[in-house]
Amino acid sequence: MRAPSSREAALGEVVLAVEDVLLTFGGVRALAGVSFDIRKGEIRAIIGPNGAGKTSMLNVVNGFYQPDSGRITFKGEVRRSMRPYMAAHGGIARTFQNLALFRGMTTLDNILAGRTLKMHRGFFWQLLRYGPAMREEVENRRRVEEIIDFLEIAAIRKIPVGRLPYGLQKRVELGRALAMEPDLLLLDEPMAGMNLEEKEDMSRFIIDVNQQYGTTIALIEHDMGVVMDLSDRVVVLDYGRKIADAAPEDVKRDKNVIRAYLGEAYVGQD
Amino acid sequence: MDILYKIFVDPFVQMGTSPDLLVQTLWDGLVAGVLYALIALGFVLIFKASGVFNFAQGIMVVFAALTLVGLHEHGVPAFVALALTVGVMFILAFGVERLMLRPLVNQSDIILFMATFGLTYFLIGLGQLVFGGNPKVMITSDLYLPSGAIEFKRFGGYVSLQKIDIAAVIIASVMVAVLAVFFQRTRIGRALRAVADSHQAALSVGISLEQIWVIVWFAAGVVALATGIMWGARSEVSFSLQIIALKALPVLILGGLTSIPGAIVGGLIIGIGEKLGEFYWGPLLGGGIETWLAYVIALGFLVFRPQGLFGEKIIERI
Amino acid sequence: MLYREAGQYKTSYAADMAVFPILQDQIGIAVILFIGFVVVPLIGSEFLLNSVLIPFLIFALAAIGLNLLTGYTGLLSLGTGGFMGVGAYACLKLTTFFPQVNIVVWILASGFFSAAVGVLFGLPSLRIKGFYLAVATLAAQFFLEWCFIRIPWLYNSSVSGAIEVPLRTIAGIPVTGPTATSLTRYLVVLAIVVVMTWVASNLVHGRIGRMWMAVRDMDLAAELIGIRLLRTKLLAFAVSSFYCGVAGAMMVFLWYGGAEADVFAIDQSFIILFMVIIGGLGTLIGSFFGAALIYILPIALRAVPTAFGLPIRPAAAEQLTFVIVGALIIVFLVVEPAGLARLWQIGKQKLRVWPFPY
Repeated sequence: MRAPSSREAALGEVVLAVEDVLLTFGGVRALAGVSFDIRKGEIRAIIGPNGAGKTSMLNVVNGFYQPDSGRITFKGEVRRSMRPYMAAHGGIARTFQNLALFRGMTTLDNILAGRTLKMHRGFFWQLLRYGPAMREEVENRRRVEEIIDFLEIAAIRKIPVGRLPYGLQKRVELGRALAMEPDLLLLDEPMAGMNLEEKEDMSRFIIDVNQQYGTTIALIEHDMGVVMDLSDRVVVLDYGRKIADAAPEDVKRDKNVIRAYLGEAYVGQD
Repeated sequence: MDILYKIFVDPFVQMGTSPDLLVQTLWDGLVAGVLYALIALGFVLIFKASGVFNFAQGIMVVFAALTLVGLHEHGVPAFVALALTVGVMFILAFGVERLMLRPLVNQSDIILFMATFGLTYFLIGLGQLVFGGNPKVMITSDLYLPSGAIEFKRFGGYVSLQKIDIAAVIIASVMVAVLAVFFQRTRIGRALRAVADSHQAALSVGISLEQIWVIVWFAAGVVALATGIMWGARSEVSFSLQIIALKALPVLILGGLTSIPGAIVGGLIIGIGEKLGEFYWGPLLGGGIETWLAYVIALGFLVFRPQGLFGEKIIERI
Repeated sequence: MLYREAGQYKTSYAADMAVFPILQDQIGIAVILFIGFVVVPLIGSEFLLNSVLIPFLIFALAAIGLNLLTGYTGLLSLGTGGFMGVGAYACLKLTTFFPQVNIVVWILASGFFSAAVGVLFGLPSLRIKGFYLAVATLAAQFFLEWCFIRIPWLYNSSVSGAIEVPLRTIAGIPVTGPTATSLTRYLVVLAIVVVMTWVASNLVHGRIGRMWMAVRDMDLAAELIGIRLLRTKLLAFAVSSFYCGVAGAMMVFLWYGGAEADVFAIDQSFIILFMVIIGGLGTLIGSFFGAALIYILPIALRAVPTAFGLPIRPAAAEQLTFVIVGALIIVFLVVEPAGLARLWQIGKQKLRVWPFPY
C-alpha cells in the first residue's frame, strides 16, 4: 500500500463538490441533504447499505436526476443541476450497476462510441467517408486500441457485446468510459458479480487508470476489502444521509457506520 | 382579421344559432366515440393481459363481421351464425396463441407488435379469399336490432337519433361494465392483470400463460364481433373498416394503453372532437379533415403528457 | 473454404475498417455492379426492366430510408408513404417551374423537401418514444395524404387529380415521359440507387451510424456519453425522409410515369415496413433482400400457376400474397427476427467453413 502522507500531498484541489443535495421520488427521500467533495486525483469510495442513495447520488452528479434542492460545483462552476450532456462535455464518465452497453454493437464499436465527443468531422465528410472522416476514424481507432490493450480485451473486440460473459461486459463498459478521456470517472459497483480473480484484475485497472492517466475516481462498492485497499477517502451514506466521511481506516472504526451496517449490538466491539 | 374571426368566433356563433345541429353533431360524435372506444377496448384487453399491442384488432372486427354475414348468406339462421362466429373467434384466439404468441414468448415488444402486423395481413388476405372483397350488408333485422330513427322537434329544429345508434351505446356500456367487473373482481381477471405486469412472475405463481392468452384474445374477439355488428349495422361491412380501426390508436394514446375507463373517455373525446372539428372547422380547410384530426389531437396530448390521460407514468431506472 | 479469409491480413486500421474487407466480398460487389450496368442492359427484356428491376431498385431505396430510421435508430415510422409522396410532388413542382434543369437534379433535390417535412414530424420524438412515436408518424401520413388530394396546386391542378409526368431529356435522350425507354430509365435509377446506397453505407459505418445505433440500443446511456438525442433523432428523420423522397420521385417520374394520390397511402408505408422487417432491421443489404422478396412474390405467384397451366385470377393472387406475406412475417419473426440479412450472414459463415460443418 502507498504511504498515505506523500499521496495526500499529491492530491489536488476540489474537483467536484455537492452541497445539501435533496432528492425525492414521490414520498421517498433518496437523498436528504448530502454534502461532500472529491479532490483531484483521488479515489473516493461511496459506501452504504442497500437503498442508502449511492446510485441516486451518482445519477445526480451525472445529470440524470435533477435534485430538488442543493448545489453541485464541478470544476469551479456552481450549478443547481446538471444535464447528462453537460456532464459528458465537462469530462464526467460513468459505468452502471446494471450495465448500459449498446447490445447491438461490437466491443470495438461500443468503445468507439465513447469517442463521440472527440470526433468532429462534420456531416458532409461523413457522407464521403474517404478522406478526412476516415483519417479521424483511424486516429480514434488507434486510441481505442490503446484502451483495448490496457484492458486486455483484444480477443473479443469484434464480438457483439450481448454475447460476452458478464465480467468482460463490465470491462468493455469501463473501456467505453475511458474512451471519453474523463476528468472524473464514476464507477457504480464495478466489482459486482465478479469472482476473486476478476476483482483483482478490475482493481488493478482502476489503480492504473488513476495513476497512469491521473483520472479522479468516485466508486460505489460493497466489497469492503476493495474499498479499504483502493480508496483515499470514503463517504458513507445511510437512508439518504451522510453518516461518515474520512479515510478508510477511520471509517471502519466509526460507531455510526458499524451501527448502520451491522446493528447496535456490534457497536463497541473491536 | 377575417381569418381570426372565421376560426375563433364564427363556429361558436353557428353553434349558438342552430343548437339542433349542435346537438345532432354531438350525438353523432358520441356514437362514433362509443364505437372507437369499443375497438380501443379490444386493444386494451390484449395489451393489459399479454403486453402485446394487437395491431390486428381492426381486421378482427372486419373478419368477425364477415364471418357472421358470410355464414348467414349460406343459409345459416342468424343466431346460429352468431354462435358459430363466436366459435370461430375462439379458434382464432387459440390459433394465435399456439402459432404466434407461444413461439415468440421471449421476444421484445416491438417484435410482437410486428407479428401482429403479419397477422393483420394474413387475416385480410384470408378474409378476402374466403368471403370475397365486396362490401356486405349486416344482418340487423335477423338479429333483432332496431332500425329507423327517433326524431325530436327540439332546440329549434330537428334532431334525429338512429335507433341502432342508441342500441350501440347501450350494448357498449353493458359490455364495458361487464369487462370492468370481470377484471377487478374475478380470479381470472386478477390473473390477467398479473400476466400484464410480468410474465415470469405470473408463471412462478402457477398461472398458465397459455390459458390466459387464449381467454383474453377470445374476449377481444368477442368485443371485435360486437363492434363489427354495430359498425356494420350503421354502414356496411367492408375492408375499409380496417383503416377506420386505426382511429383507435389516437383513442389509446389519450386514454393510456392499460386503462378500460381510459379507452371509453378517450373514445368519446376523439369521437366528439372529430365530429365537431369536421363540422364547424372543416369547411375552412376544404373538408375531409376527419382523416387526420384525431391523430393531431392525440399528438398534441402526447407532447404534454406522453403516457396519456389515464396511463401509467413510466419511470426509467438506470 | 470458398469464403475463407485466412491469409488476408490487414496491416492498417484503415484496411480493417473497410466496408468490404474480404477479397471475396470485393469481387462479389464488382460482379454485381458489372451485371447491373453491363449485362442487364444487353440482355434484359422490357418486362424484366420495367416491371421487375426498376421497381425493385426504387423500393430498395425506400427500404434503406426506412431502415436508417427504424432499423438503425430504432424510431418506428409509419409515415413512409407520405414522405415518398412529398418527394414526388416536390419534384413535379420543381420541374414545372424550372423545366430546363436536368431532371436528375430535381429528383435529388426533392429529397430535401422530404427531409424538411420529416424533421418537422420528427420533432415529437424528443418527448415520445416507441409505439407512441409510430402514432405520431401516422398523423404525418394521414395529414400528407389529405394534402395530396386537397391541394390542387400540388398536382398542377390537373383535372384527374393525378400527377402527369412531363417529357424531360438528358443530352437529347428522353428520360421521363411517355417516350423514355425502359433501358434509359433503368440506367438512371440504377445509377442513383448505387450512389445513394454507397452514401448510406458510409454514414452507417462511421460516427453517425454509431450514434444512431447507440440511441436505438439505450438512449439514456447514449446521452451520458455525450450524444445529443434530439439532434441525432432529427438527423435520422432527415436522412431517412430524404431517401424516401427520392424514391418517391423516382417512382412517379421513372417508373409509373404518372400517379394518383393513393400511391402514397398508408398501405405503402406498411409495405416498405414489411420489406425492412423481413429483410433485416439495421442492415443495408436486408433492405434489398426485403424489397426483392415482397415485391417479387406477387409476380412469382401469378407466374407459377400459369406456368403449370393453372389459371389464377389476379385478385386471388393479390389476396394470396397478403396471406403469404402475413404468414411469412410471423414465421420470420419466430425463426429469425433479424431477417433475411441474418440468414445471409449464416450462409456466408457456412461457406467459410465448407466442406466442414463447423
